[in-house]
Amino acid sequence: MPLAQTPSTVPVQIDAGKCIADKGCNVCVDVCPLDVLRISEETGKAYMKYDECWYCLPCEADCPTGAVTVSIPYLLR
Amino acid sequence: MDEISANQSEVTCDVLVIGGGTAGPMAAYKAKSRHPDAKVVLLEKANVKRSGAICMGMDGLNNAVIPGYATAEQYTKEITIANDGICDQAPVYAYASRCFDIIQELDRFGIRFQKDENGEYDVKKVHHLGTYVLPMPNGDTVKKALYRQLRGRQVLISNRFMATRLLTAADGRIAGAVAVNTRTADLLVLRAKTVILCLGAAGRLGLPQSGYLWGTYENATNSGDGYAMALHAGAGLANLECYQINPLIKDYNGPACAYVAGPFGAYTANAAGNRFIECDYWSGQMMQEFYNELRSGKGPVFLKLNHLHPDTIGTIEEILHKVERPSRGRFHEGRGTDYRAQMVEMHISEIGFCSGHSASGVFVDEFARTTAAGLYAAGDLANVPHNYMLGAFTNGAIAGEHAADMARQITLADYDPADVARERDRVLAPTRREDGIPPNQIEYKTRRLVNDYLQPPKVTAKMELGQARFAEIREDLDTRMIARNAHELMRALEAASILDCAEMAAAASLFRTESRWGLYHNRVDHPDKNDAEWFCHTILRKRDGQISCEKRPVAPYIVPIEDAERGAYDRHRISRPT
Repeated sequence: MPLAQTPSTVPVQIDAGKCIADKGCNVCVDVCPLDVLRISEETGKAYMKYDECWYCLPCEADCPTGAVTVSIPYLLR
Repeated sequence: MDEISANQSEVTCDVLVIGGGTAGPMAAYKAKSRHPDAKVVLLEKANVKRSGAICMGMDGLNNAVIPGYATAEQYTKEITIANDGICDQAPVYAYASRCFDIIQELDRFGIRFQKDENGEYDVKKVHHLGTYVLPMPNGDTVKKALYRQLRGRQVLISNRFMATRLLTAADGRIAGAVAVNTRTADLLVLRAKTVILCLGAAGRLGLPQSGYLWGTYENATNSGDGYAMALHAGAGLANLECYQINPLIKDYNGPACAYVAGPFGAYTANAAGNRFIECDYWSGQMMQEFYNELRSGKGPVFLKLNHLHPDTIGTIEEILHKVERPSRGRFHEGRGTDYRAQMVEMHISEIGFCSGHSASGVFVDEFARTTAAGLYAAGDLANVPHNYMLGAFTNGAIAGEHAADMARQITLADYDPADVARERDRVLAPTRREDGIPPNQIEYKTRRLVNDYLQPPKVTAKMELGQARFAEIREDLDTRMIARNAHELMRALEAASILDCAEMAAAASLFRTESRWGLYHNRVDHPDKNDAEWFCHTILRKRDGQISCEKRPVAPYIVPIEDAERGAYDRHRISRPT
């Protein structure tokens, strides 16, 4: 039985121009309690891989370059 | 990352602390401080730097017993009354006697508490009877300060490992735990002389009304794994029917928050802007009045601040938008809500287990010992009623010290390798199926049915229907759930914990055939409080593979409660609206 691909707008956005994950930074991935962020193999930048966000903000607060913005998930906005 | 490798390794330690949120770091720190030569391991599903309920800090202490403002006797009395009398006082008294030491220690760690112009702690009154609320002006630094102490003491920290089951020896003693790496699915067997459970609340039990699985009041990592592990290890769990239900901002998962705003003059009001409760302290009785108002023609319910001076509101915003739930400001901004202009719409949260705010937890005594030999519990999952963050710190300290002392007196217990093999098969089963149901669907269905059938007001026939539906999901979970990578496997294991908690919530609620704790255990077909038959704890445990419940007498009070005082929390509704 194949699984469906259901789209979802994600709360965590990364400014690729500011993100320095390609230089070895892993802070946002490290601190996320829900472990939903990953570094893209294609772009070398961080992105939200899993839509499982508690909008708690460690990723945004700890990012050394201010590349992360968290918004309230659409369903409860 | 996330590819399944499923290797296996083993480590041995003296004290294993599971959960690196609030109680866990303090337990590990105190165990290591007590016996610096002991090997203390702190296991954490996320990363200790930013894990748990206080990942972004905390705005204040809700239950500080500070000399000159309150006594341990007074506090013990207040919590006994607030918890409808069902309270072993020894652990509450032990907390109340110790917590001022912990406040001073946290102060030395660099976490400051608010002082007045005379240099005295600036304690505020929020509870019905006593004065215990102490603001924390730099509360955003809590986790960093704790982490520094852990590094200083050389506690061994293992991040991104999710404990799945406790190991016990043939004689029933605790022998350690099995854990799985959340990014590789590698298994880790941890042998330990003593184990301290600090895994937080079961916060992903009910489903928030938004339908978003992660929009829970509790940190959504807290999926009740500790409750499930205690159950399967044979430990007793107390008063699980005394759910946690909290008054929150509607659709947002933060409290409104009367503990912060109340002392500045804000209050909970109905749609007409009138007060309807005497006291904003979170108790089941207060939640019942909240629920009644919500359903009445005078609802919904609001937090009213718009009568306050703009400078005062600015001060409140500065606290509420910076720590604990700092995304609150952007939530209000999105809705166009300004505290100066409008009241803030409130609603009640989904249900959960959490002793931090109610009394549903793993049974512990005044040394944080559970009913299983060598197993301790502290924080939101241990049933010291209403113990909040300072309770997690203080009881974590008590647990860490006792567990470290005990570890020096006993030998390492042997586990049965067959138990590990069985657990390995259980854990990895969803990764071995080609086809089936993903964990998010198993979880959504469980939690939607928790709302439909277990949420108060509780009805016997509905809860029994819920049990039948949970059994169907159990079948699916055991035979059809799939996990395609290590991250999904973590979610699959969490779904199993959530289903365990749903079954425990139903069983405990059906067992207690009376109503108690206001809304928390409002059984419509047993509407009255029945002290003759139910002035007791209920203890739920696994016997012969099945959940069973029994009564346990409340220990004789060490701080007497007069009959006239017992009903103080039953008189919440304002007799004449203001």
